[in-house]
Formats: sequence, C-alpha cells, structure tokens
Amino acid sequence: MTPEHRIVWPLVVAAGLAALFVVLFLHLEAQWAIVALALGLVIGLYLAARGGLLARVEIASSDHPRAAIGINIAAGMAVIVLLRDQHFALLMLATVCLYVTVCLGLTIQFGYAGIVNIAGIAFFGIGAYTTAVLTAHSAIPHLTVVIASGLVAGLIGSLLILPMLRTRGHYAALVTIAFGILFRTFLEVNDTLGGPQGLKVTGMHIFGHSLHDNISLGPLGTVSFYASYTLLALLVAAAAYSLIKRLERSWIGLNLDAIRIDETAAASFGIDVARWRIFAFTAGNCLAGVAGGIYAMMSGFIAPASFNFGDSLLLVSIVLLGGSGNPLGVLPAALLIVVLPEKLQIIQEYRLLLFAVLVILILRFRPDGLLPRKMREYLPGWSRR
Amino acid sequence: MDFGLVAQYLLNGIVLGVIYAMVAVGFTLFFGVLDVIKFSHGDVVMAGAFTALATFAGLKILGAGTGLFAALIITVVGILAMALLGAVLARMLILPLRNAPPLNTLLITLMFGLALRESVRLFYPDGSNPKPFPQLLPDFTMTLGNLALRLDSVSLIIVGLGAIVGVHLLIQRTRIGLAIRAVAQDPETARIMGINFERVVLMTFALGSGLAALAGITNGLYYSEVNFGMGLLLGIIGFSAAVVGGLGSIYGAIIGGFLFAALQTIGAVWFSVPAYKDVFAFGCIIVLMAWKPTGLLAERPAERV
Repeated sequence: MTPEHRIVWPLVVAAGLAALFVVLFLHLEAQWAIVALALGLVIGLYLAARGGLLARVEIASSDHPRAAIGINIAAGMAVIVLLRDQHFALLMLATVCLYVTVCLGLTIQFGYAGIVNIAGIAFFGIGAYTTAVLTAHSAIPHLTVVIASGLVAGLIGSLLILPMLRTRGHYAALVTIAFGILFRTFLEVNDTLGGPQGLKVTGMHIFGHSLHDNISLGPLGTVSFYASYTLLALLVAAAAYSLIKRLERSWIGLNLDAIRIDETAAASFGIDVARWRIFAFTAGNCLAGVAGGIYAMMSGFIAPASFNFGDSLLLVSIVLLGGSGNPLGVLPAALLIVVLPEKLQIIQEYRLLLFAVLVILILRFRPDGLLPRKMREYLPGWSRR
Repeated sequence: MDFGLVAQYLLNGIVLGVIYAMVAVGFTLFFGVLDVIKFSHGDVVMAGAFTALATFAGLKILGAGTGLFAALIITVVGILAMALLGAVLARMLILPLRNAPPLNTLLITLMFGLALRESVRLFYPDGSNPKPFPQLLPDFTMTLGNLALRLDSVSLIIVGLGAIVGVHLLIQRTRIGLAIRAVAQDPETARIMGINFERVVLMTFALGSGLAALAGITNGLYYSEVNFGMGLLLGIIGFSAAVVGGLGSIYGAIIGGFLFAALQTIGAVWFSVPAYKDVFAFGCIIVLMAWKPTGLLAERPAERV
C-alpha cells in the first residue's frame, strides 16, 4: 500500500459538498433554483462518475470504512444544525433518511439476492401499524417498540416465504403485488386498526424526553422538534448503510450475488439457495419495518392511504434510479424522488406525470441508474494494482 | 338462498370473468412473444374506455349518438386507437429494453401506465371525476322468477367470448398466428425462417391492446361508469389471472380470468363487508402460487442452457 491509497480528503470533500447541496436543496424556495439544483445533481454525478472523481471517493471510503460513516454522520448533523428551525425542511430530510433505510432493505432483496419485492411500502406500513398498536396498548420503551416493528415486519413477511421460495421472476412479483394490495384493503376494512381513518400515534419518548418537544436553546433560538427525529432517522439510515456495506463485502454478500446471477451454479457449489433467499427477504423487510415504526411516531398519524401501490413503485424507482445494488446510489435517488415533488409547487399538479416520464427516460437511456454498481472488490484495493 | 339470486351472482361473475379473461389474454400474448410483463396493460384498458367515451361525445355533436350503430363505432375506434398505442409502446419502450433485466421492463411499463393515468386525469375534460358511460345497448330485461336477465349483459358476454375465440382462432389458424407462435417458441429460429420479428411483436402488442380496449368498453357499458383509476386494479387482476393460469397459455388466461371472478363472487357472498372480496381473492392467489408456482397450466420448462 502506497501512501496515496490511504488519503481521506476526497471523502471529506464529497461529504461537505453533499451536505451543502442538501442544505441548499431543502432551504431554497425559488422554483428555478430547485430545478437547477436537481439538474446539477444529476449532471454533476454523471460527470463525477465519468471523470473518475467518484472512483476516488469510493477508494477512500473503502480504505477507511469507519471514517466514511463517521464523516457522513457528521455531515448529516451539520445539515441538521444549519436547518435547525425549519420544520418542513427537517421533516423532508427525515423522510428521505427513512426512505433510504427502506430502499437499503430493498437493495438486499433485489440488488443482491435478486428477489423482486413490489410490496416495500406494505412492510413499511406493517412497521408503522405495529408501532401504533404497541405504543397505544403497552408500556414498552419506544426504542424497543421500533425494533419490535422491524421484527414483526420480518415475521409477517415470513408468511410469504413459501410462495416466494417456490416462484421465480414475474410469478414472485405477483406474490408481492397481491400481498401489497391485500394489506391495504385489509387495513381499510379492519375497524380495530382504525379502518380508512387510520390511527393516531403518540410521539416518541427516549429516556423520559419527548421527541415532540421543541428544544429551546435560550438566546440561540429554538430547535424544531423534527431535528431529533431527523437525527434518529439519520442514525438509523447510517447504521443500515454500514450494515449493508459490510454485508456486501462479506461472504454473505458473495452468496447473495451468486444466487442472483446464477441460481443453478450457486446451488451446485453448495450454497443453500433457499436459506439465503429467506435471509435476504426477511432482512430487507425488517429494515422497512424499522423505518415504518419511526415514521409512524414522527408523523403522529397513519392511514391506509399512505401505503399505496404507487408508493411501492416509488421505492422500486429509487433503487433503480440510484443503480440497483449500489447503496451509495440510493442517497441521491431518494433525495430527488422524495423532495423534488414537494418543492416544485409550480408543477404540483403535473408532478406524477413528469415523474413517470423521468423514470421512463432514465430506464430507456441509462438503465444502470445514476451510480451503477461496481464490480465486487475481493480484496481491498485490488482493482488498483 | 334461492335460485334467482344464485343465477344473478353467476351472471355477474361471468361478465367479470369475460372482462378479466380479455385482459389476461393480453398479458399472456405479450409474455409469449417477448417474455415481458407489460404493466401498463390495465391503463390501456382504461384509455380504451376513455377513447370510446371521447368518440361518443364526437358522435353526439354529429347527431349520431344513439343505439347500436354508435356502440359499434366507438368500439371500433377505441380498439384501433389502443392497437396503435400498443404497437407504438412496444416499438418505443419495450423492444429497446429487450436485453435489460426483466425488472426494468416491468418498471418502465408501470411508469408508462402511471403517465397514461395521469394524462387522462389532467387532460381529459373533468377527468379526475368518474364519468358516466353511455347506455348504448338495448336495455331489455327478461324476468325469470326473481332473476332479472339483462339483455345487454348477455350481449356483452357473447361479444367478449367471441373476441377471445376470435383471437384464439387467429393464433391457431392464420399465417400471422403461425408467425406469432413461431416467435413465441424461438425468436432466433423464427428470424432465420424469414419471419419479420419486429413486425410480429408489434402485431401482437396491437392485438393484445385492442382486446384490452374491448375489455375497457365492456367494463364501461356494464357498469355505466368509467374513471381514470380503474385500470390499476383491472391490470393487476388481469395479470394475476394470467399468472395463475400459467403465463404464455391462452387457455390458462381464460381459466385464470374466470377463476378470479369466481373467487371475487364467492368472497362477496361469503363476507358481509364487500371490500373483503379482494382480500379473499388475492389471498387465494398467493396460496395458489405457493401450490402451483408456474400457474395451473404449467409453462413448458425452459430449454435454455
């Protein structure tokens, strides 16, 4: 290893630029500025990937995996500090973080293991409803409730394991689509779970502190209560990201890649295909459930209408737009897809249409997504020798 | 439960089954020739119904907006317009993605469906509200005991079944059908034999989309109402029907369509809450998929190495 392979600064620069971008994107109100920023993000990422700048960032982050997470969390906190009193901006940022978490779960499922799941929002919704029920009817500490939401999502997902194991491709897609619709209809007609009106959810309390209170800093002004949720969502997303990165590098990730690329070959090399499919499916659903639990507490209210088939499509679009199987790509994709429609009010009415056309164009002309997945690095830095 | 009520449910189920089967046949045709799932199919159904509705408005201005003649014209216009749309869609979005992962095709068509849905909602006059569909068929009702046999539903069943049989004959008995079957079996060999691959694919998409338009118009005539969101559920039901029957098999699609209608009808009779009928039907579909992973009429095993 020569010293030039150990440099950290590309990471710091990248995190700084990303933080600056997020602040501008969430803070600016002028419509032309939003459009310019969104275009700038897409073009900038494309040029950075072309010019090898992104590769340097990725090299630096694979040389310093711990520092990479730390620097990014620091950048995220800087964003929160800068936007501390803006409720709406922080709410969007927290939503982006939660969507990132769900999409990282989907990345395990179809980015790595090749399992098609078009019911992502249903598992998110299971997490949200579990949190609503548990906080209303029990005194379990709220952080435990969030973890329990993830587990319940994984558990209910295991109902689908048998059909998922026996089916492939389009057939498996149908199983999840049917489940998504079944879930939504079930919620709408089920009166104990609030029916179409939904449920109220109490805000989160951690160690006696309610996250629904604004934090007063005396002369420095007040901090929006969304800041604490955003911080929580950021930490959860960072934990999920670091988990996924490690998973990808490990032999588990290798097994998952093998069963995605060629199931028969994988099986003949002694990989237990069924076990890894179950693992990937359940792990992804658990992440979605955790994100759903936090979302329920943050928004304070959940209803079946928030868990539409269209929202599942949104999640799949984020993963594909970012580049299937590349966790890094999920971040800009989630930012664009979640925030852009909220900010561009001129086109509010036409946003779904424009958004659909955008995804069609991306799939047609750049199907690998914004940041295509790189070849696996079997040894750190081996591609540079 | 008396005979009349049972017969009423049966008749309703058969009309639904015909509509679902027409949608499912489209799915199975597209899957047969290109191994793709075209998820905008349900929205093509909706667009077909709205094209017919717009044509009807045009006819009314010309003073010809009544009776069977108008029904015929709006049906023909709807079918032709959707056939064209299907061919254009195949040419612009589906053929270029042939070598991409199947998920991309699924997603691009889903998004096209969303675009279609949104376009109707935004650009059709007052498109975001349900629109009444004209009652063009003779509303003659025959009463047998307490069964009200509506002549228009019977004629819808006859037309729908006729269309399905017609497509079946087209595929089994004609030259273009032979070409479609050849492409479905082995695109490379079909090309070597001098079959124009692209033309066959476009023809198939036109055929399936025309059938979808007919399904949409049938749906509109039966319920006397259309709305911009009706395609989503119809598309998913049609897809389920095709998959449960076994993708690539026309008989499977028909069986699947009627099976889904039967499940919905049973669900509607069984549960007091009507919305449970879809929960019941989709739950049964998931169980069926676990039991028969490639559908009731199993697909031929893949011969790819």
